[in-house]
Amino acid sequence: MSMPSPATSELDLRGAAPAPVFDPATALVAQATRGYWRTVLARILRDKVTVACALLLLAIVLLAVFAPLLALADPFKGSILRRLLPIGSEGFLLGTDELGRDMLTRLIYGGRLSLVMGITPVINALLIGAFLGVVGGFMGGKINTLIMRTIDVFYAFPSVLLAVAISGALGAGIFNAMVALTVVFIPPVARVAESVTTQVMSLDFVEAARASGASSFTIIRVHILGNVLGPVFIYATSLISVSMILASGLSFLGLGTKPPEPEWGLMLNTLRTAIYLNPGVAALPGAMIFMVSICFNMMSDGLRAAMDVTQ
Amino acid sequence: MFYYLLKRLALVIPIALSVTIVCFSLVYIAPGDPLSAILPSDASIELIDKLKKDYGLDKPIPVQYAIWLGRAVQGDLGTSIATGRPVNAELGRAIFNTLILALFGSLIGFSLGLAFGTIAGYRQGTWIDKSVTALAVAGVSVPHYWLGMVMVIVFSVYFNMLPAMGAGPGGDWIWDAEHLKYVVLPAITISVIPTAIVTRTVRALVADILGREFVIALRAKGLTDRGVFWHVVKNAAPTSLAVMGVQLGYLMGGSILVETVFSWPGSGFLLNTAIFQRDIPLLQGTILALALFFVSLNLIVDLVQTALDPRIRRA
Amino acid sequence: MSTHDRSTNVASSNDSPRPVLDVRELRKYFPLSSGIFNKRAGTVHAVDDISFSVMAGETLGIVGESGCGKSTTARLLMRLIEPDAGRVLLDGRGIAEPAPHGLAIGEVRRQMQMVFQDSFASLNPRLTIEDSIAFGPVVHGLPRRQAKARARELLARVGLAPERYAARYPHELSGGQRQRINIARALALEPRIVILDEAVSALDKSVEAQVLNLLLDLKREFGLTYLFISHDLNVVRYMSDRVMVMYLGKIAEIGPVEAIFGGTAHPYTKALLSAMPSMDPARRTQKPPLTGDPPSPIDPPPGCRFRTRCLYAEDVCARLDPQLVIAGSPDHRVACEILRPASGHSLAAPAIAHAA
Repeated sequence: MSMPSPATSELDLRGAAPAPVFDPATALVAQATRGYWRTVLARILRDKVTVACALLLLAIVLLAVFAPLLALADPFKGSILRRLLPIGSEGFLLGTDELGRDMLTRLIYGGRLSLVMGITPVINALLIGAFLGVVGGFMGGKINTLIMRTIDVFYAFPSVLLAVAISGALGAGIFNAMVALTVVFIPPVARVAESVTTQVMSLDFVEAARASGASSFTIIRVHILGNVLGPVFIYATSLISVSMILASGLSFLGLGTKPPEPEWGLMLNTLRTAIYLNPGVAALPGAMIFMVSICFNMMSDGLRAAMDVTQ
Repeated sequence: MFYYLLKRLALVIPIALSVTIVCFSLVYIAPGDPLSAILPSDASIELIDKLKKDYGLDKPIPVQYAIWLGRAVQGDLGTSIATGRPVNAELGRAIFNTLILALFGSLIGFSLGLAFGTIAGYRQGTWIDKSVTALAVAGVSVPHYWLGMVMVIVFSVYFNMLPAMGAGPGGDWIWDAEHLKYVVLPAITISVIPTAIVTRTVRALVADILGREFVIALRAKGLTDRGVFWHVVKNAAPTSLAVMGVQLGYLMGGSILVETVFSWPGSGFLLNTAIFQRDIPLLQGTILALALFFVSLNLIVDLVQTALDPRIRRA
Repeated sequence: MSTHDRSTNVASSNDSPRPVLDVRELRKYFPLSSGIFNKRAGTVHAVDDISFSVMAGETLGIVGESGCGKSTTARLLMRLIEPDAGRVLLDGRGIAEPAPHGLAIGEVRRQMQMVFQDSFASLNPRLTIEDSIAFGPVVHGLPRRQAKARARELLARVGLAPERYAARYPHELSGGQRQRINIARALALEPRIVILDEAVSALDKSVEAQVLNLLLDLKREFGLTYLFISHDLNVVRYMSDRVMVMYLGKIAEIGPVEAIFGGTAHPYTKALLSAMPSMDPARRTQKPPLTGDPPSPIDPPPGCRFRTRCLYAEDVCARLDPQLVIAGSPDHRVACEILRPASGHSLAAPAIAHAA
């Protein structure tokens, strides 16, 4: 019987998105034919919402990456004369911020740090968490117990609190914020990786591989990773949205980026004082976080649905 | 059941101990000397040594931990460097304020979540279901600190209906109509995530139960819709309650961003202060209190769920 | 054992069929833990001091209800799990025992291979069929190209056209086809012994017959020795030269297939056989066959383990742990007090004076 663990999600982090379960029936389709990835792609392309979200994200990422090549205003250069111009002002399409800097430019540039700060911790956590989970699941016994009990300790902290506590103790800074978020995301990834690994390990093909004399390393490389990484990857994509929110949240608290760097969370913070003067402009950076976060969520859902060919 | 209770309690002790270790070591992952925050930069060596002795920092780390834990167990979390008041005095009122906020937030979140989830589960596949699901996705994707600002812009700036900051006159929560006005916006803001997650959970549970064979059999037997609903409630209750209990815990521990937006004088706000004043005893104390609260809440949720759902007891 | 001993051993075994596999007092207990402090809650006696041997070129059938230790025995022989006690000798050399007389586990796994029951779970869904078969040889150092060539040869040999199937994935095939692939995979290392653990149990009857005949052909062609594990007595009878009946981790009866099916001696085997459906109405079962499930193998009480379900159980059965004794022909052995003269069982032969 499967009971959803009581640790069911806060910011959708610890599993409201059901932890992927290794289901041979899906997995088989999942991996199989050469045409499989083509099938998944075709299914994604049929899913209009996912395609729209992907295109929007792509646009934001491309703008952020190529920001210096675009004919934009200087994101750091302000002017006391044109502070907090409203949206639609001449020459300042999205208005100006509290120091008179062009909002459009800063929002485009802001995507660079916000995306890096949101995505990097998930990639790190995917690598470290998958390693811990696969090793634990494969070794079993005391080593697994040790890894999993250690991870349980981190589950004793709500993720926002953990992120704030670690980055607060380490001190403000982009690097420290990303370290804190990596620590927050390792436990859920490791749990999922461990549970999928344990399920895969119980299948006869692992035993058959041992029976043919393969070393543990070969078994993990050929037989375990191939079947575990897919589900774990899907799960990790569902964490990006939360990570974006938390990363910008840390900057919002002053624990991430430092002024005058453009970053959505920090911009939201510095514009808080402007909500009475120019509320539209003040709300813009948050709207960007919201948009990116919802797009990542929809993409993750779309990917999950497309990879589950049993539906 | 009694045996299960004992077993569950025994499992909590190592977790709680590990939590204290994590909280204690926060000081040591911080860069620099823990004293640097309180010392003037030109402090003499003698003064530093004296302070180190006063704070017990001259002893080996495990001994420091033992002393700290011993005091913490007796309820002594040290003195706040910033205010000079005992940490637990600061914590007491802050946690009370946070609890009030969390209770209002969960009241809103759980009732909306239960209602939306049930309706969507009953009307699977219809436009109602689809809009509810879309709202739930939006709810987990929204940066709630931004939503708080938007609420302030709409209700305080444009309509001037509700106050934007603080907990009302006197600084702390009191049960009266005046203070109620102050809690509305932060409570709504904080309720968005639990609303979305409870909606999702309940929708999935209701849809699943309605599709089960026993419900079809009950319907075929001629059971009324009300009767069927009762079965749905009975079967969905344990998991829903568990999810809601954990959400309450997250509201308590994760409210720092919303409390900062609204300057709500709760534990999150206190944490924020502690971080920026590098008030290590306050930081440790707050995190410890919140984490232990979270652990005990998880324990209670687990026990309640077990009591309600006979299937788990055997496992 | 000295080198000299060994050579005499080999020499002396030339005239009679020599055991390729010799199992001596093999034992595996699984501790059950429970509670807060992982205190021992009991021990599953999965395989309890069993001894038997397998002759080169024969098929030894192993039958028994689920939970009797058949599969544990197979995994112990393959060293997929470590035995608690006992030895397994392959060609007289102890498996996982120190050199020079011992045999490394890696070498054992080349000479002995296994086919599992679940044809689907025993193939990696992410590997093509060709890669699955070639995996073992590659692990043992064969260059990839040659391993693939061997995989294709074997595919053809098990009746699947390589050009059609080599690049496919397991889920695209039927259960019977997958089991043919598992057989090919087992043969890829050119083993001498193949353990078939319920290898045909999950297949449709028509497919099952085809796979059984394929197994018989392969055995002849490659000179294989089979350990054929099944709960299906008809299939075991069809495949085996000798049969071993297991009950709760112990051997109940072992002997040539004619002796087991013709001159059944153990009450458990009798009950199993009477539970077999017969096409002949004149031979319909009269006595009730086995009822209920086998008792739990957790901490079994002393004495004969079958006595709780045995029609002939007496006091003596609770006192004595029955040992294998000769019944009828010398190679037919039975663990039952009825068959041991002077055991004290009312149905046993009376005591013979000089035996006491």
